[in-house]
Parts: sequence; C-alpha cells; structure tokens
Amino acid sequence: MHLNVILGVTGTLLMLFSLTLLMPILVAVIYAENTVPTFSMAFAITLGVGFVLWWLKRDGVELRSREGFLVTVLAYLGLGLFGALPLAPLLGSSITENFTDAAFESFSGITTTGATVLTGLDALPRSILFYRAQLQWLGGMGIIVLAVAILPMLGIGGMQLYRAETPGPVKDTKLKPRITETAKSLWYIYLGITVACATSYCVAGMDVFDAICHAFSTVAIGGFSTHDASLGFFDNAAIEGVAIFFMVLAGINFSLHFGVFQQRRLTPYFRDIEVRLYLVILVVVALGAAWILSAYPEASTRPIRDALFQAVSIATTTGFTTANFSTWPSVIPFLLLFAAFAGGCAGSTAGGIKIYRVLLIFRQGLREMRRLVHPNGIFHIKMGHQLVSDRVVDAVWGFFAVYLMFFVGLLCALLAISDLDFVSAFSAIGACLNNLGPGLGDVALSYQALSASSKWLLVIAMLLGRLEIFTLLVLLTPDYWRS
Amino acid sequence: MKILILGVGKVGGTLAEHLAGESFDVTVVDLNEHRLRELRDRLDIRTVHGHASQPDVLQRADADDADMLIAVTGSDEVNMVACQVSYSLFKTPMKIARIRASAYLTGSDFFTQDHMPIDVLINPEQVVTDQIKQLLQHPGALQVLDFADGRVQLAAMRAYPDGRLVGQQIIALRDHIPNVETRVAAIFRRGQPITPRWDTVVEAEDEVFFVAAAENISAVMEEFRHVEKPFKRVMIAGGGNIGEALARSIESSFSVKVLEFSEERADAAAQRLDSSVVILGDATDRDLLIQENIERTDAFCAVTNDDEVNIMSSMLAKQLGVRQVMTLIGKPAYVDLMHEGSIDVAISPQLATTSTILTHVRRADVARVHSLRRGAAEAMEAVVHGNDRSSKVVGRRLIDLGLPEGTTIGALVRNNKVLIAHDELQIESEDHVILFLTDKTRIGAVERLFQVNFNFF
Repeated sequence: MHLNVILGVTGTLLMLFSLTLLMPILVAVIYAENTVPTFSMAFAITLGVGFVLWWLKRDGVELRSREGFLVTVLAYLGLGLFGALPLAPLLGSSITENFTDAAFESFSGITTTGATVLTGLDALPRSILFYRAQLQWLGGMGIIVLAVAILPMLGIGGMQLYRAETPGPVKDTKLKPRITETAKSLWYIYLGITVACATSYCVAGMDVFDAICHAFSTVAIGGFSTHDASLGFFDNAAIEGVAIFFMVLAGINFSLHFGVFQQRRLTPYFRDIEVRLYLVILVVVALGAAWILSAYPEASTRPIRDALFQAVSIATTTGFTTANFSTWPSVIPFLLLFAAFAGGCAGSTAGGIKIYRVLLIFRQGLREMRRLVHPNGIFHIKMGHQLVSDRVVDAVWGFFAVYLMFFVGLLCALLAISDLDFVSAFSAIGACLNNLGPGLGDVALSYQALSASSKWLLVIAMLLGRLEIFTLLVLLTPDYWRS
Repeated sequence: MKILILGVGKVGGTLAEHLAGESFDVTVVDLNEHRLRELRDRLDIRTVHGHASQPDVLQRADADDADMLIAVTGSDEVNMVACQVSYSLFKTPMKIARIRASAYLTGSDFFTQDHMPIDVLINPEQVVTDQIKQLLQHPGALQVLDFADGRVQLAAMRAYPDGRLVGQQIIALRDHIPNVETRVAAIFRRGQPITPRWDTVVEAEDEVFFVAAAENISAVMEEFRHVEKPFKRVMIAGGGNIGEALARSIESSFSVKVLEFSEERADAAAQRLDSSVVILGDATDRDLLIQENIERTDAFCAVTNDDEVNIMSSMLAKQLGVRQVMTLIGKPAYVDLMHEGSIDVAISPQLATTSTILTHVRRADVARVHSLRRGAAEAMEAVVHGNDRSSKVVGRRLIDLGLPEGTTIGALVRNNKVLIAHDELQIESEDHVILFLTDKTRIGAVERLFQVNFNFF
C-alpha cells in the first residue's frame, strides 16, 4: 500500500469536487440568495483539505489495482462528508438541524439514491436545490469517471478506479483504446442526454431552473426534486412522459448509447439481450401495476397514468413520485420494490442488482436443470450470442449471495436499532441498497423521523449499493491490507 | 484438359483418382513426399513436391500451361494465396479453391477477379451438411439432389413391400397419383442397373431413382415405401467441423444432440451452438446412447472423422432402435461393404466434392453434376445452346435424340418451369436438361450430343 499515493489521488478528487461548488455559488448570486458565504466556506475547506492531501503525495508512484478500491471508497466517503458541509449547521446553514441529516442528504445525493430528510423543498433557497440535483448528477456517471476523463495524471491507475466505480459484472470493455478517451466518451454522452432531457422538460412546460435540476436527477436516476410533491407538483402529462422516456434511457448501458451514437442507428439497443429484457420487465411491471390499480378506483383517479409513471420511476430506481404509491393496494408497492431490486442495465446510472446479473442467475438455474437431465452434457451460458465465462458466472453468483446477505443483515440491524415496523424497515433498506429513494410506510415521504444511528446505517446501505458491495467489502478483508 | 491439384489429402487424392481415370492430365502438388510417391505408384499422374502457394513450385508444376487449378490444401489461406499467385503470375483461367472457414464466405464480392481471384469455392463440409439436411427433411430417402436451383430434385430410395407401387408396372403411377408428374430415371436391382420403361415392374429391394418437382418428392416417395413420419429428434455423433456445422444448420428445426468425445472440441461446440445439447462421451458407448434416449431418436448421423467409429456407432444405434442412420464413410471399400448391411445411408464427402468439380470439367455447358453410386453413375444438368442447325438436340423430340444406352432424361426446365420428360417433348434452346447416366463410361457421347457444333455456322 502506498498510503501517500492513495491520499494524493483522493485529494485530487476532493479538489475536483470543490470546483463543482462554484456552480451553486453562481446560482446563489443570480437569485441573490444568502447562501453564498456557506458555499464559499465549504468550497475553501474542501479545496484546502484536498490540496494538503495532494501535496503529501510528492513522488509519482503508480496506483495499483488493489489501491483503486480504497481510493474509490475514500473518494465516496470524502465526497459524502465534504458534500454535507453546505447543508450542515456547522457552517451556518439552517437547512438541516444536525450534521447527520446533512450527511444523509449528501450521501443520498452522491449515491443517486434520492432518499431525503428535507421537507418544505419549495421554500428552500434555489442554490441548495440546485446543489442537491448537481450532487446526484455527479454521482450518476461517477465523479471518478469524470476525474479519469479530465485528469490525465491518473494514468494507468485510472483503469483501476474506473473498474471499481462502474456498475455491472463485465467491466473490461473499453469503448476506446485509452481509458481516458473511454471516460470522456461516457461523459459526453451523459452530458448530451442531460441537455436533451433539460430541453425536453422546458418544452413540456417547466421553467429553466426546474428543467435543469430535474434533468440532473432524471438522467442520474437519482430522484431529488425541487418540490415536495416531486413531479406530481407539475401535474403535467407531457412532463411525466419526458421523465419516463429519459429514465428508461438512462437505465440502459451507456456503452450502447455510445454504439447508437456512433452508428447513427438504433439497432444496438434491440440487439442487446439485456436491454430487451429490461424493456420487457418495465412493460410487464407497468401494465401489471396499471391493471391492478384500475381495479381499485378509490386508490387512484387516473390509474393508467399514475401506474405507468410510478412503475418506470421505481423499477429504474429513480424514485420520482406523482402519487403516493405506498398507499396503493399492497401488491403494487411490493411489485415495484422487487422490480427495483433487478434495477437497470449494467453500465447505466441505475441501481439495483442489474438486469444482466438477474438474467445470468436465471440462466444458471436453467443450466443446473439441464445438467440433471443430461449428466454428460456440456452447457455454456450465453448472453445473446456472447459466451459468458464461468469466472463471470461465479462472480455474479457471489455478488448475488452477498447482496441478499447484506440485505437481510442490514434489515435485522435496522429493526434492532429503530422502532420501524417491518414493512417500513424492509422498504427503507431495499430503497437505500438499490439506490431507489422513497420507501413504504413510515419512510414513504421522508426519512426525517429516523434516529441518527438508523440514518447512518442507511448511508452504509447506499454506499454498498452504489459501489456494488465488493468494492467496499474487499477493504474489510485482512488479505487486502497485507502486503 | 490439364488440371493442377494442390494438396492431396482425402479430397485431393480422390479427385486425382477420378480425374486421372477420366482422361485428364493431372499434376498434383503436396508437401508430403511419401503421400506423393504412393499416389504416383498407383495413378498415372505427375507429382511435384513443394509448398503449394509458392510461385517457383507452381512454375515447376507448369501452372502457366494448366487449364484448371484446384486448391484443396488443408489451409484456407494457402488455397487463397495459391489462386492469387496463379492468377497474377500464370493467368490460369479456372481456379477452384476449398474454403472452409465460414467467416470468409460473407457473400460479399470478395472472391472476384479484382480482389481474390477464385472462380469456384468448394466446401466439402457444407456439401455434406446440405446433403444430410435434405435427407432429414425426406425421411426414408437415400439421397436427395437439387437441380435447377432446387426446383427439380432427384431422389433415391429403396422400395419396400409396403409401398403401393411395389409389384406393379411403373405406369400405375398415373392412376395412383394423377396430379403428380414424375419420371423414374433408373432402377438398380441387386446392384445392376436396368433402364426403366412404363411397363417395368417395381420389386421390393429395388433402388429407385426418380425425378420430380421439389414439392412433389414426398408424394412420389410414398409410392415406394410406407409413409414415414417427419423426423424430430436427431443425434449427431461427432462435434468436429461437420458435426458442428450440421447441428448449427438444423438446430432451429430439429431437436439436436451432439456426441463428442474430445473434451476440448465438445466445449468449443457447446460454446458456439445455441439450442443443441452437446454431450461429452463416446458415440460407441452403449450405456451413454441408452441414457440419452437413443430408442426414441429419429435419425442418427455419424460424422466423426473416423470411418470405423462412424460405422460402429451407426450399427449400435440402429440396433438400439433408431429409425434411420446416416453414416459418413470416407473409404470407398467400406461404402461397398455397408450398402448391403445395416446402415441406411452412407455419405461420402469425397464424392460430394468430386461432383462439384466435375461440373466444371465437362465439355458441354453443364450447370450441375452429381456423382452417384461411388462415382459409377452420374446425374447432370446440361444447358442446351444453339439452334436446330448448330445443335444436335434443339427441335428434336426426346424419343428421337438417340441417347446412349443407360441414359435417361428426367426433366427439362424451361423459363423456370419444370417439364417432366415424356417421349413427345421437344427440346428448345436454353432448356436445362436433367440427365441420368447409369454407366459413366458413356459420358463422352452425352457431352458430344449437347455440344454446340460450330461447323454449321
């Protein structure tokens, strides 16, 4: 372990992050808000700490594969904690009452979860609202991928970082020969989709500020809104349509977007088995929810529209709401929550286990059955026409098992330290681990009522979800620290 | 005609033998001196030792004088380069190459004079795969061959006592299936050819060749043996080149199992096949066959590269209750042995390739040749050119043609329409004539008949 290198890279990432604080300051200036000193202080502190860490690095040793995990975890911890500064009472902000709430909000943003402890959003300063949305946007494609894209000094180590942050089981596919170019392409696409999304929101009837904020949290599959009623505030079918379209789009593997952009044809989407299954699951869940909901006229006055929007928003792990779906007939909230466990495609900004892994595990189950029928048969698992090596299958199995174990473990822990009922606790862990956001029961609207320890537990769940467990878990093994 | 054969493996050797037997001047090139000496001792051919694609070796083999070059070495790349070299340096007019890797056969205009100058591509695995596929689609047939782009087919089958026509004159066909036109082209009774006429009585155990439009083949087949249910379950012994290609081409329409005993190859085949089940094991392992439900399997195709394994596993499968076995047999001696035995269909990869090549060495304009019965008989599709003065056949009725002994005309294809042959039919220019020769020694007479005679101009 080269601790100084690790701290140096982390410092670099903090400095990069501090620069993004200039945007909310600009917003505060434009709208003449009194948040400028808070943001400025947060900017100065983050930049200062980052600079000290970077200065400690001095010698130019390369980052090793193993060290990438530590850097990624440190970066997310650092971003979450320093990102809490503008929201915390520490620097004079009156947005939250204590640092725990500020950190919860900040981690929820940077992991694109979208769970919130804030109420009365409509009355908050716009710079704060913009800052929350921007946190999600940075977390969506990943600040580390951004750093790899624009900071060439990360060099080869960039690949290790990229691998540790990017979601999905197959991480070695580069779009371009160089990792820097790959990261750049991803960010260009991300930026392009965000701009398209913001423009569409504008056209559909949002004002420019809301359009930009919502575009940030839509494309990042985050779920922060600028209004307490979330997208329901607008009560506008066109806006909901735009949101559905871009949520579905952001849940697709970004390397496919790259392929589509390069070939100027839509075929890469439809040739990809994961996307096909993803779309089928979305359609089935949405139609199923709409069908059930229309049988309960007292639950919703416009079942089709509400169910469609809610299904896409929850199943992609975004977490926007237009109706309080947690009060719908209980099968629908659970159906949507379980769909969120599957989540979006690998390599997208969505959370959850990822469709690719779910499909792989399903195929693996089929393979075991075929092996029973043909004891001497040789069977391979394929995705489309692409062979999946047993190494990947093992990794996915391991991931799946550990994911479920963590879910159960965290659920027990939350039940132990809070007085939440089972449904609320179950949905809270599910919503945070899958980076979804809103839960059911007591946590349907806000996580404010939870105790500080419960909130920190959920922060751990969010981080585990965003870093796909292993990146975080590997740091807890003794082997990792032995040299 | 001077023919240069590059590479004398199984296919090259059989080709050399066939072509030398047909009065062509054959030169073969190979790296294996031992194999060359063995061929030189047995056949009247010239041999050149060396690397087939190198200009100096081709020079020694008189490539500049050759009319046709056939590149059938084991390597696709050597075959391609040899064709390029002989085109660029020696201007060889006709170049035939074996290309196995399907990745090269993309259907683009890669194999043209400007890029890779190969006139005819042959792929024995493909030909064998197509043959077996045809047989799987026509249960009970021994052979089904395409003419005129598949519009006309020649089918061979054995007559069984439960067939409606067996024990009756051929003319009874008109009463049994009045709407179906067909022509019985040849009958082999106890291995001897007899020229069928309308009053010939079909006997059980006769091997019958008939010509019909593709859609009528099944209807005619019912006349010679009890109608077979379509095949569904197919087991393929051998997961090598042919086995894998066969499985891939039929796995969408049949339920396929592939047996392969090499772990490496089984693994590779399993990786590339989709719905086929690849089973690691020996095709001659009785317990394995039983475990994989051999008795409920419709067809068993033995296509390993080992004749003995193919024959033994086929006999075992037949004994265990498979409806039909098809066996790939390379050695001609084994084919003779097996035809009387318990194997339903013997398929020879060399014969299949030879047919393709013969199509291009015939003197008349020939669109398709199929070599039959180990090369003793031949079916060909000749194209008629010229007018009633320059051609010996244009404007004549079939009965007046004066065909050599043992030769029958099965059908004509005129402007994409199939005309089943009868005595009064007149031949016109540009007709495609499908002929059947029970005796290949008469091939010269048939060729002369269909050649355009320029003296009349």
